[in-house]
Amino acid sequence: MSERKQFFPRLAVEAGGNRWDWLLLPMVLALLVLLAYGGQQMARPYQLGETLPLSLDPTNLPYYLLRTTLRMFLALGASTLFSCVFAVMATKYRAAEKVLVPMLDILQSIPILGFLSITVTAFIALFPGNLLGVEFAAIFAIFTSQAWNMAFSAYQGFRTVPAELKEAASVFRLSAWQRFWRLELPFAMPGLLWNMMMSMSGGWFFVVASEAISVSNQNIKLPGIGSYIALAIEQRDLVAIGWAIGAMLIGVLLYDQLFFRPLLAWADKFRFEESGSETAQNSWLLNWLRQTDRMQGTVLAFVKLLERSFGVFRLRHDGTSIRARPRLHSSTPERIWDAIVAAVVFYAMWTLIHFIHTEVGWGEVGRVFVLGLYTMFRVIVLIFLAAVIWIPVGVWIGLNPRLAERAQATIQFLAAFPANLMFPVAVVVLVRFDLNPDIWLSPLMILGTQWYLLFNVIAGASTVPTELRYAAQNLGLKGLLKWRRYLLPAIFPSFVTGAITASGGSWNASIVAEYVTWGNTTLKAHGIGSYIAEMTAVGDFPRIALGIGVMCVFVMGFNHFVWRRLYRMAEDRLHF
Amino acid sequence: MATPIVELKSVGKSFRSADGSARSVLDGVDFTLREGEIVALLGQSGSGKSTMLRLMAGLIAADSGEVLYRGLPLHGPADGISMVFQSFALFPWLTVQKNVELGLEAKGMPAEERARRAEAAIELIGLSGFEGALPRELSGGMRQRVGIARALVMEPDVLLMDEAFSALDVLTGERLREDILELWESGRISTKAILVVSHNIEEAVMMADRVLVFASDPGRVRDELPVRLSRPREVESSEVRGLIDNVYGLMTTGTLRAGRVTEKEVKLRLGDRLPEAEVARMEVVLEVIADEPFLGRADLPKLVAETELADEELLDVSSALTLLGLAVLDHGDIILTPLGQQYVRAENIERKEIFGRQLLEHVPLVAYIRHGLEQDPSGDLHEDMFLRLLRFSLNEADSNSALRIAIEWGRYGDLFEYSFNTGVIKMPESEAVARE
Repeated sequence: MSERKQFFPRLAVEAGGNRWDWLLLPMVLALLVLLAYGGQQMARPYQLGETLPLSLDPTNLPYYLLRTTLRMFLALGASTLFSCVFAVMATKYRAAEKVLVPMLDILQSIPILGFLSITVTAFIALFPGNLLGVEFAAIFAIFTSQAWNMAFSAYQGFRTVPAELKEAASVFRLSAWQRFWRLELPFAMPGLLWNMMMSMSGGWFFVVASEAISVSNQNIKLPGIGSYIALAIEQRDLVAIGWAIGAMLIGVLLYDQLFFRPLLAWADKFRFEESGSETAQNSWLLNWLRQTDRMQGTVLAFVKLLERSFGVFRLRHDGTSIRARPRLHSSTPERIWDAIVAAVVFYAMWTLIHFIHTEVGWGEVGRVFVLGLYTMFRVIVLIFLAAVIWIPVGVWIGLNPRLAERAQATIQFLAAFPANLMFPVAVVVLVRFDLNPDIWLSPLMILGTQWYLLFNVIAGASTVPTELRYAAQNLGLKGLLKWRRYLLPAIFPSFVTGAITASGGSWNASIVAEYVTWGNTTLKAHGIGSYIAEMTAVGDFPRIALGIGVMCVFVMGFNHFVWRRLYRMAEDRLHF
Repeated sequence: MATPIVELKSVGKSFRSADGSARSVLDGVDFTLREGEIVALLGQSGSGKSTMLRLMAGLIAADSGEVLYRGLPLHGPADGISMVFQSFALFPWLTVQKNVELGLEAKGMPAEERARRAEAAIELIGLSGFEGALPRELSGGMRQRVGIARALVMEPDVLLMDEAFSALDVLTGERLREDILELWESGRISTKAILVVSHNIEEAVMMADRVLVFASDPGRVRDELPVRLSRPREVESSEVRGLIDNVYGLMTTGTLRAGRVTEKEVKLRLGDRLPEAEVARMEVVLEVIADEPFLGRADLPKLVAETELADEELLDVSSALTLLGLAVLDHGDIILTPLGQQYVRAENIERKEIFGRQLLEHVPLVAYIRHGLEQDPSGDLHEDMFLRLLRFSLNEADSNSALRIAIEWGRYGDLFEYSFNTGVIKMPESEAVARE
């Protein structure tokens, strides 16, 4: 008892924390207040048909920014959780892997916007009389634009845990729970984090579409940057668009500095390569946090809690126990499972064929395929053009280390910038000069995704071994020969990586880029993207489904027959 | 007789290759690890010594026979058995302290107790002051010390060491070995027995009370050599040198299958593995043997010292040389044949000729490829055809390596050409032209 008595006064004296704590306190409090306020606004009562107040007054923008960012972070949280669950299921259970991985492959190539119209009704029904339903629909739409690449990256990470570390975990008898926190998640962390950043950037692109929802002839505009932009487009207000761009830039800057930088700097310890070649990330906020006393204490308390859970979820028997005796292996359940999966697939195919036959007709399918070919042609040409422009630039930047460091931050920023904000400008120009939308709308598709190409080329060029550079100089390689024999092969693998992302993004972007509205002017290019967008506007579900399905086939075909082969070739032959 | 700790009773283990056929890695192994002894397992790669270690660690299950730990059947990793890994297997995101605590944490030991024990183990292995360091800040030797501390902190009955020193440079490895032996001798650790898997013969002789030599295809214990020398042992002492010579003798004699080091001339078959020996290394070794001080006959341990190759590498080179009829083995010595002498004296072109001729005669895989090319009207064949053939008798890694070696040798002997990009093997340019 006496010990307790001594303990309390000491706690009271030290409760103040150090000066770093005090400096950080206003920030933390402000954050908490904002979160609470945003959360409260999200859950307020709402009846379908009610119009939510929305104005183009720029003073409302901070509030809209808060709401939008909150949605994006909720979606990011959900995506992270989903990725972990997915990775665990797919790596632990072969039966799950057989279904989950192909499913994700398909989901990944389904255009995100397609989800929205299908799911929003269900979400609204889930929370009658409350705005939460619509909010969840919007969050779900953002989630679908973020989750797949994160899940794949986590799965990849979980699967490639080095064999020796796995053996060490077994020898020291880590339970599945301990293994997840101590081995698998840390190992997958760098890739997961990188994909989180990419997802966050990608999410902005679809904010407009996910916040301004049309369902059963109702136009719901949730307060947020996306709706603000949608309203500005309706009212042809270029100045408001400018304000929105500004607000977004500030938003991107804020969460970059306050969230991703500290996280990246902290996650530096999870890098598996033992060499310290890559320059470590630095974050002022993390440095600050590390100097605080109470704040850090709070975080450490959570870590302690987690570590205590290791004691609870531990292996309670070892290899000599009767419980460790292996069960007789039987392949019957596996067979049954395979049969079920096969049956479901066949049923789905039959339904699909039946659906096409009765609802849309085979002629329509053919027409959509032709439209898909148009879009594919655009994607190929655009990737080619982007390569022609960005490879020389990227190589030039990459070979200058000082330039590369600064350029990378800028380009990450550019990648986060939603290109669809530029669309109104494009419409104005196209209409003014009476240009052919079939040609001139196309560049919009790659506006947002070209940065991945540049980013990867820079990364590739900056990892060219110095010795190789000297050798090329020494041999006097010049002009075409220099590009053919030295530079292009050297950056090829990273180029392919960038091009895969860029082309995937372009397919997705075609839905918004081939069908652009500005007030009551609508410009339309022939392609599968505009087909889906048009059908969504009309609300023709069978045709939306058909468009999505066909695009899915195109994207997967493209991935399998072009990108994966190039990727494998790059992996086999062109690396250092 | 001391109490047995781990017993293997006619244990067999086979792995399934991709075509579904089982390949036996271990067959009928009987072994007992007793209290108070250090046992070393020696053998060439693929002899199943690592598999045996993993069976004892409970990492894999035996297909036949029984593994007993303290009289109980072992079905998974046991509390009293700890392991040190070849490439350390440290968790790079955990500090030295946390790495050492890993096993204790998994057991659910309270934090204070854990920290106290980890502290003691870190102190014992000479890592004090590095508790807060991340593994990437440490050198290889220090990292392996963390690996050893992590194993010792569990206070294991049995310590398994899987080539624990082979990823370190020679001096660091020796130093660490001495430290472990010192701990063992001083009785400051509770470990009752140590099992060391190694391909370094000197290491085995310096550490062990018993050296087990493994035979391969399938792996089994071929010879057992007791080492009754007191520790610390002197590397240069005549007893130790004598023992090392003995082990070399053991490893190069007897009824090993073709493709392995052997004194008897055994015909290689098409689907056999080939020794991992590059042409350049073979030539260097040939020249060293022909030169002073060996003058055509070299003692293998001395040759190891002279060429600075690892035991395993030299054994592979020797088996390749005997295979090609350029040298013969005799009780741990390697002797150049007249053809070998001629080879050393010859110029480049003649060397290639001899090499090519010997390949066609003694390496069925090379001869088969060459024959196939001669029969084929286009004069080129894809490597996959040969890989598929090899997969009938070898697993994937071994098939790839056998084909890779055959291609390297064949290229050097001017028997065929190969394009990495397309995977096509074809007749040499000069002969292809001559044929037309």
